[in-house]
Amino acid sequence: MIEVDISEKSYRRHDHQTKLKVLSNLRFVAQSGEFCCIVGPSGCGKTSLLNMISDLDDDFSGSIRIDKATPAAGSPPGYMFQTPRLMPWLTVRENIDLVCVAENLACRVDELLHETGLQDFADAYPVQLSGGMRRRVALTRAIINEPALLLLDEPFLSLDSPVANHLRRLLIEVWERRASTVLFVTHDLREALYLADRVLFVSSSPGTIVLDHRVEIPRPRIAEGEAVEMLRLELLKNNPQLLSGLVESSDR
Amino acid sequence: MNKNKGWTVWLRVASAVVFVLIWQTASSFSDSDILPAPLRVLSSLFDHLHQGELVSDLAVTLLRVLVSFTLAMSLGVALGVIMGRYKKWDVALDGVLLLALNLPALVTIILCYLWFGLGEFAAILAVAINKFPIVVVNMREGARAVDVDLLQVSRVFRIDWRRNLLKVYLPQLYPYLLASARSGLALVWKIVLVVELLGRSNGVGFKLGIFFQFFDVTSILAYSFAFIAVVMLIEYLLIAPLDRRLMKWRSST
Repeated sequence: MIEVDISEKSYRRHDHQTKLKVLSNLRFVAQSGEFCCIVGPSGCGKTSLLNMISDLDDDFSGSIRIDKATPAAGSPPGYMFQTPRLMPWLTVRENIDLVCVAENLACRVDELLHETGLQDFADAYPVQLSGGMRRRVALTRAIINEPALLLLDEPFLSLDSPVANHLRRLLIEVWERRASTVLFVTHDLREALYLADRVLFVSSSPGTIVLDHRVEIPRPRIAEGEAVEMLRLELLKNNPQLLSGLVESSDR
Repeated sequence: MNKNKGWTVWLRVASAVVFVLIWQTASSFSDSDILPAPLRVLSSLFDHLHQGELVSDLAVTLLRVLVSFTLAMSLGVALGVIMGRYKKWDVALDGVLLLALNLPALVTIILCYLWFGLGEFAAILAVAINKFPIVVVNMREGARAVDVDLLQVSRVFRIDWRRNLLKVYLPQLYPYLLASARSGLALVWKIVLVVELLGRSNGVGFKLGIFFQFFDVTSILAYSFAFIAVVMLIEYLLIAPLDRRLMKWRSST
């Protein structure tokens, strides 16, 4: 269970005097095993939120508890950053091995590389891969340890839709197998409704949760299917002001 | 790619041949004591190798080079990384560093000999002090350029410190380390010769001093080329292969 209670998160501006408030009174509780999507316009502090939950950033007022413990305690989360952040001097396999916690996962690496279609590139360096392939490596790295908590920051941005849908299915599979708690940041509403148990809508900066919607579409769902599309239109119709900032970005 | 490589090899050979030809031509127009012909220098080199003390001189000098190089590199890397990483250390030591950078090599050498006596310790120390600040500056640059995003990856995945050091942190410093080692080797051996000339009774520098007193240009050139050959050997057998290994990921596109 993740309990987030942030009263304020701000950054110092470059002039070191004034502060830029990015999050304000952002509160939610995600149950263990829940797939939560966090949807909001760019610059609303979604990445900051993930950084705080993953203990990269503890400079905020409020508290975050993961299974009643601070983010620093407990087992490490899997984190897929907005950019792949692979070590350029390590091969695909070495990049994944780097984060492996147990030696017996070595066979899992091959299996996962196969599932992500990277089996022929295990010994390639990141410079030799396309942008989409690097993202797949980053996803593999995030899920290899089958973490209890999985944080994903717009992971499938700029991937073509067949590849993205394939990876989304893979993610769902891992999530169902491990019963991980997932926090998935995106500004693509269709993607959120396809994946999530629950969608948290964050307002533009300073970000706060403006709508907490439970997605009742039964699984397995169909990507870009009718159910998702209908729910999307319904949400947009019922909450025109709330989601006005999102429409352009999700329709890109 | 192979074809390409053959082409560069030929160009290298051609440029060396042109150099020797120019030398040969110039020497035929001047006094052979002032500028001896290439072949005379070569035969002098063999004479020194067979009868003289060239090998032992080279060994002594090389040992001094290696000791002072290792000393300057290890301490320089440590301080450079600290200064690049921690602002306070950087501010506190930046002035001293600037002073050390601009201190003439000759001054350090003379002072070391005056303060610590005409011994091996003073000689090694003087060389190391000359190289040290340059390593610090270089490594500070490297430590500043370290990618925080990648360090965050280790932090999030709680990669243990040894793995983090070897697989995440140090690889970012390798280019700077290699650059320091390359420029360091070239600089250190030149300063070692001066140190030997001024205060040691063996080694290449000491011998060059004697040849100077006898106006023996041929031997001076022979000794120089012998040492240049040794340094080039170190580059080709040690540093270049290391460079290729560490930077493999870059060239593999």
